[in-house]
Amino acid sequence: MTDMLLHAFIYLSAAVVAVPIAKRLGLGSVLGYLIAGVVIGPLFGWVGDEASELQHYAEFGVVMMLFLVGLELEPRTLWSMRDRVLGLGGLQVLLTAAAVSGIALAFGMPLRSAVAAGFALSLSSTAIVLQTFQEKGLASTQGGRSAFSVLLFQDIVVIPMLAIIPLLALPELVSAIATDSGHGSDAGHAGASLVADLEPWAAAIVVVGSIAAVVLGGRYLSPRLFRMVAATGLREAFTAVTLSLVIGVALLMILVGLSPALGTFLAGVVLANSQFRPEIETNIEPFKGLLLGLFFITVGAGIRFDVLANEAGLVLALTLGVMLLKGAILFGLAYLFRVRHSEGWLFTLSLSQAGEFGFVLLSYSVANQVIAPEYVPILTLVVGLSMFLTPLLFIAFDRVVVPRYARDREPEREPDPIADRGKVIIAGIGRFGQIVNRLLTANGIETVVLDRQVAQIENMRSIGMKSWFGDATRPDLLQTAGIEEAALFVVAIDEPDQAVGIVEHLKHRHPHVRVLARAFDRGHEFRLREAGADYAIRETVGSALALATTALRELGTHPFRAENLRATFEATEAQVDDDLYEAWRRRPDGERMGHDYRELFMQLDAAMADAMQRDRDDRHTRAERGWTPPPKSYTDDLEEEAESND
Amino acid sequence: MASIVEGKRILILFAHPSIERSEVNVELLRASRGREGVEVVDLYAEYPDYRIDIDREQDRLRRNDVIVFMFPLYWYSTPAILKEWQDLVLEYDFAYGNEGTELVGKTLLCAMTAGGPEKAYHAEGFNHYTLRELLRPIEQTTSLCGMRFLAPFALFAARKAHEEGRVRRHVDDWLQLLEALREDRVDLEAASHAATLNAALDQLLPTTRGASE
Repeated sequence: MTDMLLHAFIYLSAAVVAVPIAKRLGLGSVLGYLIAGVVIGPLFGWVGDEASELQHYAEFGVVMMLFLVGLELEPRTLWSMRDRVLGLGGLQVLLTAAAVSGIALAFGMPLRSAVAAGFALSLSSTAIVLQTFQEKGLASTQGGRSAFSVLLFQDIVVIPMLAIIPLLALPELVSAIATDSGHGSDAGHAGASLVADLEPWAAAIVVVGSIAAVVLGGRYLSPRLFRMVAATGLREAFTAVTLSLVIGVALLMILVGLSPALGTFLAGVVLANSQFRPEIETNIEPFKGLLLGLFFITVGAGIRFDVLANEAGLVLALTLGVMLLKGAILFGLAYLFRVRHSEGWLFTLSLSQAGEFGFVLLSYSVANQVIAPEYVPILTLVVGLSMFLTPLLFIAFDRVVVPRYARDREPEREPDPIADRGKVIIAGIGRFGQIVNRLLTANGIETVVLDRQVAQIENMRSIGMKSWFGDATRPDLLQTAGIEEAALFVVAIDEPDQAVGIVEHLKHRHPHVRVLARAFDRGHEFRLREAGADYAIRETVGSALALATTALRELGTHPFRAENLRATFEATEAQVDDDLYEAWRRRPDGERMGHDYRELFMQLDAAMADAMQRDRDDRHTRAERGWTPPPKSYTDDLEEEAESND
Repeated sequence: MASIVEGKRILILFAHPSIERSEVNVELLRASRGREGVEVVDLYAEYPDYRIDIDREQDRLRRNDVIVFMFPLYWYSTPAILKEWQDLVLEYDFAYGNEGTELVGKTLLCAMTAGGPEKAYHAEGFNHYTLRELLRPIEQTTSLCGMRFLAPFALFAARKAHEEGRVRRHVDDWLQLLEALREDRVDLEAASHAATLNAALDQLLPTTRGASE
C-alpha cells in the first residue's frame, strides 16, 4: 500500500513539476511528461521495474483518447474520411513496413525478424500525435485530419499484425526456451478470449455481433441509460456510467480479439450526435489526461540509458534513420494525396516517429520467437527515442514551417463577416431561454444550447436544435461546448446563485465573450452586474410592462399615449436602477447573502418608490414633452415680424 | 476647453431604415465617419424604437454649425425617423419662438439619393417637381429656425449607381464638399440658390477645383 502511494506520489509530483515548466518553455506537455519520466527513472532511479508494468495500464489512456476523438467525429465525417484512412493509411503502413524490412534484411537480419521489425516501426504514436494536435488546436486542419486517418488505420492494422507475428516464428528461436512472456501480454491475444476456441465462421459471427452490439447499443440503449442516470442528478453516477461504458466496450473488443482502441473509437462516433456528448467528454477527459500523462512518463522512464551509453552511435543513427525514412515516405504520400504546403509538413513531421504499438509488437515478437532477444533493447530504445524527438519536431513545425507559409498566405485572406460573428451559447433552455433561442436561430445565428433537464434537451432536439445535456456551471463543459469560438453567452438558467457563478467564471476566464444574463429579481440583477454581466434583465419586466400598458389602454388611454407612458416609465426605471445599483455596490460588507437580504431589498423598494414619486412631481412633463404644440398665441409674433418686413 | 477644433463643426444625421440593402448611402456614411470635426449619428441605430432623446439631440445641434440630413428619398420626403426627429427636437423656444434662437445662423443641407433620373424631377418629368420643390417643407423649417438652407447634394438614379460605377465619384465629391464646409470655403450664398450642389461643385469650391484644373 505505501509502495503504491509512494509511486503514485512520485509520478504525480514529477508531472506537476515538469509539465508546467515544459509548457512555459513552449515545449508542450508531452515532452514535459517524457522528461519527468527520464528524471524519475533512469536519471535518479526513484522508480524502477514497475514502470513497464504501469505502462500497460496507462495505455488505456490511448483507448480513452480514441473514444474522445470518436465523440468529435460524426458518422458522416468518418465516412467521408474512408478514402484517406484506407489509401493514405494503407500505403503508409505498407511502404514503411516494406522499406524497414528491406533495410533490416540488407543489414543481415533474418527475413521473418525483418518483417516483424518493419511492422513495429511502421506504426506511429497515436498518443503523442493526437495529444499534441489537441493541445495546439491542429486536429481540424487538413494535415491534422490526414494524420489522424493514418493513425486510425494503424490502430486497425495492429490487430492483423498481432495475428501474423506468431506465424513468423523462427525455428531456431522456437527451440530455445521462450523468454519472459510476462511482457508479451497485449491487446487481444493473452488471457480470456471468446473466439479462441470457435470455428472461424462462428468467430466471425461473434466479432460482427460484437461490433453491432457496440453500434446499436450506443445508438439505442445508451441514451436511455444516460437519461436515467442524469435524472438522479448525481454527478459521480454519470461519471461511473461513462467510465464503465468505455471500459466495457474495450473489454468486449479484447474478448473478441479486436482492438479496444478501435472499439471505443467506434462507440465514440456512435455517441457523437448524442445530447450527452459534452457531459460524457467532460467526464472522461480527466481520466484520459492522467492516464496518457502516466503513459508518457513510463515511456520516459523506460529509456535504457545503459544501452544508450553502450550503443550510442548505433541507436542514434537508427533513430534518425527510421525517422528520416518514415518522413520521406510520409512526405511523398502527402504530395500524392494533395496535402500540400504547411499541411504536408505537419503531416510529415507529426507521424515520423515510431509509437507505443511498436513496444507491444516488439515484446510480442520476442515472446513468439520472431525476433532474437538481443535486438529488442536497441529497437525499443529507437522507438522510445523517436517518440522523445517528436515534440521537438512539432516545435520545429511551429517555429519554422508555420511562419514561412503564414507569410506567403497572409494577403489573400478575406474576412468572413458571418463566420467572424461567432456563435452563441445559451445556458438554460427553459421558457426563457427558448424564446431567446428562437429569435436567434430564426435569423440564422448558430446557437449551442445547454441544459440540465433531459426533457428540455429532448424537446429541443426533436425540433432539430443543437442542444446538449450538461451542467453549464462546470468550466470544462463550457470548454466542450465551444466557449473559445463563442462571441456571446446567454445565461438563462433558473438558479440565481449558479447564474452569478457562471458570469463570474466567464468574465474571469473568457473575457472575450459578451455575457447577457437573465435576472430573477432586482437583487439578482445587481449581483449579475457586479459579477461582470454585460447586460442583465429581470425576467418579468418586459411582459409585466406589456400587460400594464394594455391595462392603460383598457382604461381608455389612447394606445399611442399608453406606449409613451410605458416608455417614460422604463426610461425612468433604467435611470433609478443605475442609481440604486451604485448605492447597492457601496453597501456595507456582509449584507449581500445573509438574512439582511430581505431588509436590503425593502430599502431598495423604498428608494424606488421615492424615485418614482420624484418622477411624478418633477418630470411630469417628460411624458408630455414629445410632439408638444407651441403656445396657442405663438403665431402673433411671427405675423408681426412678417408685417414689419413688408 | 483644451480641444478647440478649428473650422466649422458638422453634424450628419444619417437615416436609412434598411442599411443592409444600401449601396450608396452606406458608402457616404462610412466615408464620413471618423473625420475630425464631423459628428455622425446613425439615427435608426441610436433610436431603433424611435424614442429620440430630445435633450441629447438638442445638445448636438448646439455644438455644431452645419447640419446634414443624409438619407435616401422615401416618397418624396425623408425616412420617417428624420421627420420624427424634426417633430421632437425642433421644439418651441429651442428652435423657434421668442426664446428659440439656438439654431440661428447655422447651415442645413440634405445629402440625399433619389431613385429617378435627374430629368424625372422636372415639371415635364414623371415626378413633376424638382428636388428643391420637394424639399420645401425642410427649407421652410430651416427658414423659421433662422438657418441657411443649401441646395441638396444629390445622386439621381441611385438604384443603378453601383452597377454604373458612379458611387466612387459621388463619395469623392462628398468628401471634398465636407472638407470645404469644414474649412468654410463654400460660397454659401451661391450654394443656397443652386439646383443641386453637385452640378455647381466647381464654382462653389473655387480654391480647390478651379486651381487644380
